[in-house]
Amino acid sequence: MVQKIESQYKEILMQYMQRQSEQNLYDGQNFSRQLISENIAPEEVISVHKAVMQEMYSELPDLVWHSFDLLIEMMISYGLALQERESLLQRQEELRVEMDLAANVQETLLKTKMPSLEGLDIGLLSIPARKMNGDYIYFVSDDNGHAGIAVADVIGKGLPAALCMSMVKFGMDSLNNAEVNPSEVLNVINRVVEKSIDDSMFVSMFYGKYDAKKATLTYGSAGHEPAILYRAEDSSFTELTAKGLLLGVTPVATYEEHTVHLEKNDLVIMMTDGVTEGRTSQGFISREVIFELIERKKDHSAQEIVHYVYEELERMQNAEFKDDFTLVIYKKS
Amino acid sequence: MNIQVDLKEEDNFLQAYISGEIDAHTAPVLREKLEHYQNHKGLRAELDLSDVNYMDSTGLGVFVAFYKGVNSNDGHVKLKGLSPRLKRLFDITGLGAIMDIESAEEGVN
Repeated sequence: MVQKIESQYKEILMQYMQRQSEQNLYDGQNFSRQLISENIAPEEVISVHKAVMQEMYSELPDLVWHSFDLLIEMMISYGLALQERESLLQRQEELRVEMDLAANVQETLLKTKMPSLEGLDIGLLSIPARKMNGDYIYFVSDDNGHAGIAVADVIGKGLPAALCMSMVKFGMDSLNNAEVNPSEVLNVINRVVEKSIDDSMFVSMFYGKYDAKKATLTYGSAGHEPAILYRAEDSSFTELTAKGLLLGVTPVATYEEHTVHLEKNDLVIMMTDGVTEGRTSQGFISREVIFELIERKKDHSAQEIVHYVYEELERMQNAEFKDDFTLVIYKKS
Repeated sequence: MNIQVDLKEEDNFLQAYISGEIDAHTAPVLREKLEHYQNHKGLRAELDLSDVNYMDSTGLGVFVAFYKGVNSNDGHVKLKGLSPRLKRLFDITGLGAIMDIESAEEGVN
């Protein structure tokens, strides 16, 4: 091995000593890449250089050879740093694989089934900014035309946020009832979250209970971005605000709830701040811009509207969302 | 894309002047500086956010953690100089109702 490297290096060095051409330098560069891929340490390369030089120019004074010995000694730390980097790269790769696995587990764990309700068309999209999604949508429904939806956002991103989301899911699972009112749902989840998480992690959540027979939506919010009601009759957009503190701040929070009646072609737009906090080089993307996008596609299906809004916002931000993006649209048909 | 935090404490009265952007990158800087004080008994803290031009939910988390820490030690936190955008963030999250907050144009909104 060493002999093979020596003879290859000798060839390159000899050529260079004779011509000093660009091509010779290029050969040297390529050879160093080959040495790196074979894990040859820098001090070994200098040893090879010294050996080859001694072979070719044995008449050089001892001074020159001594200087190489010092250089070899000095390069040893560089060799160690290189090794360390290799092992870090390997470790990083292992972490990447683990994150991929965790993201898959999260996807399976947090899977929810979109309900099918008489007279209601539902569109949704949830795209994580990183591997793990800190946004969450949960549906619960029954056979009597009731369906609950929770749209939640963990403050904080990545792995800790994702783990926190599982807590919300298990809280919702334990309720397992599509007829419970938003204020009660939020109360229960608040107590679950408050007990379990650290002081700088919070969850915001919108909860809407839809009654297909009456075509009404009862909603409440725990510090979440307000949902928007689009009235087809007069093409107006209104925020569906409801007072309520973020989940996990205090165990004694109370939550307001309100009810709206949906008419044909009305839309309810539920989202996380990843939708509204978009920024371009010119500044923030205003809510009016989002309203305009929705209005442009109001005659399409809920899923088509959701996709259109996502694609347009993605285009405006050069395909770079800083936060998880979640958008759900209910369309009354 | 930076943050500056100037802190001054005298007789258990903490005055903080924060400027720049508070997001996932800069929030840890702010958290670390504030954490140092939140366990002081009976601390009165006044945080001036007049020159904070952007804050996302991560920043909100820092203020809530600080608020909870100071409150549990019988202290008081006041936030002042909030821009309409920041004020809206505190209002939506319900924090505006439990924290002592004064916006930049008090009385105008």
